[in-house]
Amino acid sequence: MFDNSLSRRDFLAGTSAAAAIGLAGFPAHAAADWKKFKGQKLEASLVKGPRAEILQKFEKEFQELTGITVGSEQIPEQQARQKHVIELTSGKPSFDVIQLSYHVQKRQFDRAGWLANVTPMMKDASLTDPTLTESDFSPAGLAYAKDDKGNMRSLPSSVDYWVVYWNKDLFAKKGIKYPDTFEEMVKAAEALTDAKEGVYGFTARGLKNANVPVWSSFLLGYGGNFLDAKGNLLTDSPEAIEAARLYQRLLTKSAPPGTAGFNWYECQAAFLQGKAAMWLDGIGFAPPLEDPTKSRVVGKVGYGVMPKGPKARASAVFGDGMAIPAASKNPGPAYLYCQWAVSKLMGARLLQSGGGVPFRYSILNDPETQKGVTMPKEWLTAVIESAKISKLGLPVVVPVTEFRDIIGIGLTNTLSGGDPAAEMKKATEQFKPILEKSEKA
Amino acid sequence: MSGVAAGSATAGAARGAKSQGRPAGFLRVSEPVRAYWPFAAPAVVVVTAVIAFPWLFTLWMSLQEWRVGSARSFVGFSNYARLLSDPRLVDALWHTLVYTALAVILPLLFGLVAALAFHRRFPLRGLVRGIFILPMMATPVAIALIWTMMFHPQLGVLNYLLSLAGIPPQAWVFDPRTVIPSLVLVETWHWTPLVMLIVLGGLAALPTEPYESALIDGATRWQTFRYLTLPMIAPFLMVAAIIRTIDALKAFDIIYAITQGGPGTASETINIYLYSVAFAYYDIGYGSAIAVVFFALIVALSLVLLHLRQRTKWIEAGAAA
Repeated sequence: MFDNSLSRRDFLAGTSAAAAIGLAGFPAHAAADWKKFKGQKLEASLVKGPRAEILQKFEKEFQELTGITVGSEQIPEQQARQKHVIELTSGKPSFDVIQLSYHVQKRQFDRAGWLANVTPMMKDASLTDPTLTESDFSPAGLAYAKDDKGNMRSLPSSVDYWVVYWNKDLFAKKGIKYPDTFEEMVKAAEALTDAKEGVYGFTARGLKNANVPVWSSFLLGYGGNFLDAKGNLLTDSPEAIEAARLYQRLLTKSAPPGTAGFNWYECQAAFLQGKAAMWLDGIGFAPPLEDPTKSRVVGKVGYGVMPKGPKARASAVFGDGMAIPAASKNPGPAYLYCQWAVSKLMGARLLQSGGGVPFRYSILNDPETQKGVTMPKEWLTAVIESAKISKLGLPVVVPVTEFRDIIGIGLTNTLSGGDPAAEMKKATEQFKPILEKSEKA
Repeated sequence: MSGVAAGSATAGAARGAKSQGRPAGFLRVSEPVRAYWPFAAPAVVVVTAVIAFPWLFTLWMSLQEWRVGSARSFVGFSNYARLLSDPRLVDALWHTLVYTALAVILPLLFGLVAALAFHRRFPLRGLVRGIFILPMMATPVAIALIWTMMFHPQLGVLNYLLSLAGIPPQAWVFDPRTVIPSLVLVETWHWTPLVMLIVLGGLAALPTEPYESALIDGATRWQTFRYLTLPMIAPFLMVAAIIRTIDALKAFDIIYAITQGGPGTASETINIYLYSVAFAYYDIGYGSAIAVVFFALIVALSLVLLHLRQRTKWIEAGAAA
């Protein structure tokens, strides 16, 4: 499954060479001492998925490289989030490394002071490989990783850009081109819908909470945002309402019946079966589309950059990072693990497998790494182009799950006839006191 | 605790009796109490640790404004006041009641019919009965995932079966209007066998004499069922109703795995909402207040059911007299 065009030896050789020629943002260093914590142990709590699978698959390499014994476990996303919060609250977490879900946990973890400051470790030449610099991470990654004071509280590991998957066959049959604007997207979706044949022009999440990034993708295109500079909610602004209107139109006029209950899984199933012409979702869901054992649309999938809205072309972005609990008793070994997890070698493996996209430019723009990508070239182009127009897909607030639930319920209500303006105003009123209380706390 | 008190009281009484020269037989009455309380102590400790303490702690938490990661503060009954003005909670309560009512009545009805059918002798009865109870043995989350696929409006087998009968496709759990009945369909499929087993046990224990008398008196099959079978198996049906009510009230796994309370909040029961508040929003204080109120509701409902159960027994006793 993985194209191991980069080996561990290449990785070590590369990092040493980089050290020698001083590529880092910090002054040139000697290569990090990976054996510094030899004989020590660490526990990593990972979130189930392709990223964690790659980390576990190559865990032995890390152990050989550092002499550190790693115990790691993969837990499904929801359960992992609960486990992390409960254990961090207790003050005695059982893990030294966690895979952090930025869009849900960042603000909460920052406010609670649960994460160790990794900036001093990044500046420590004996710990950090010279290629690992802040400037190598994309701005979205840095925005997620840094706290209010500019300290790095995690190392950004993988990013998920929202793109439009499109079925080239269905488009060709109707003689329609991939849309360049929101307006063209609506027209194409409606023209491609043939309910009698069970084919629909557009599919995306309708289920509450899960559906918010769909609306966010539109909101960013209308030039809107979640909060203003003072932290006031903008979810009932004209842009937010227009985005909800577009959401309603696409998901009621050209989406399959039952969309109100669809999460990504149902959307993916419809697209895999050739029953949906366009599917708006994260790039991380691409690999099954090119798997002949799962997909009827292998070789027919187009990977489109988000069409342009009236004000902007933007791709909503979500991401993960590797962090060390402030209460960890093994921060040194944990830092080496985090560094290895976001290294060029591991990032390249992630990208090449299609399981995720690293935040680091040096991986994404590396021609050698790009050569080994197993997904179609169009997929990689969509990744690179989306990176250029990426914006955070959710507000960075503590009660982000409530935000997603409350706005998500309003959006789902629009699918059964609710007025977008009324629903967005109602949802905003409902969320306002929760946000105010949370910011005061 | 009471054992300790009783024990020391006994010791005190023993000392007092000796000093006053009372007969030794008077003391022996309290001896067993002193002898037994050390045996009861472990159970008392366990019950206190796993039932009484969590319950008191939940009560205490419900009086706090407490979000995980933030400071905690005492707020009195304001979490309870918030319950009254929370439209989502009111909706959740309604969904819980509708879901529970349907998820009790339908399995009872189908379970009764199935029990009556399986009570009769027919070829391969044992095999068919074995197959019939298979759903009950399956893991709820596995069932939920399979039903989710079956419910898919475009790709699910249910709409394919409907299409064979010329019925237009349905949105099942993907439509706010049909989500609760669809979830009840899963619950009914899963738990009808349990009701069937309980009622079947009752039917097997019925006396034959009343049926012989009814036959001699010329009663029809309906009259026999209505005036003989139904009253005699009523206590068993009541037991099944109590078990099903408790199960339906605490239903979580199937709903969460299939809809997560959606679309929107159309299938959000109190359990699902409580889970969101406590473990997704980490609003521990408010979540505890919901738990306390929900617990009180369950206790009230259980008392009503137990009262009905007692009445069923009384009617049974009255009929026998």
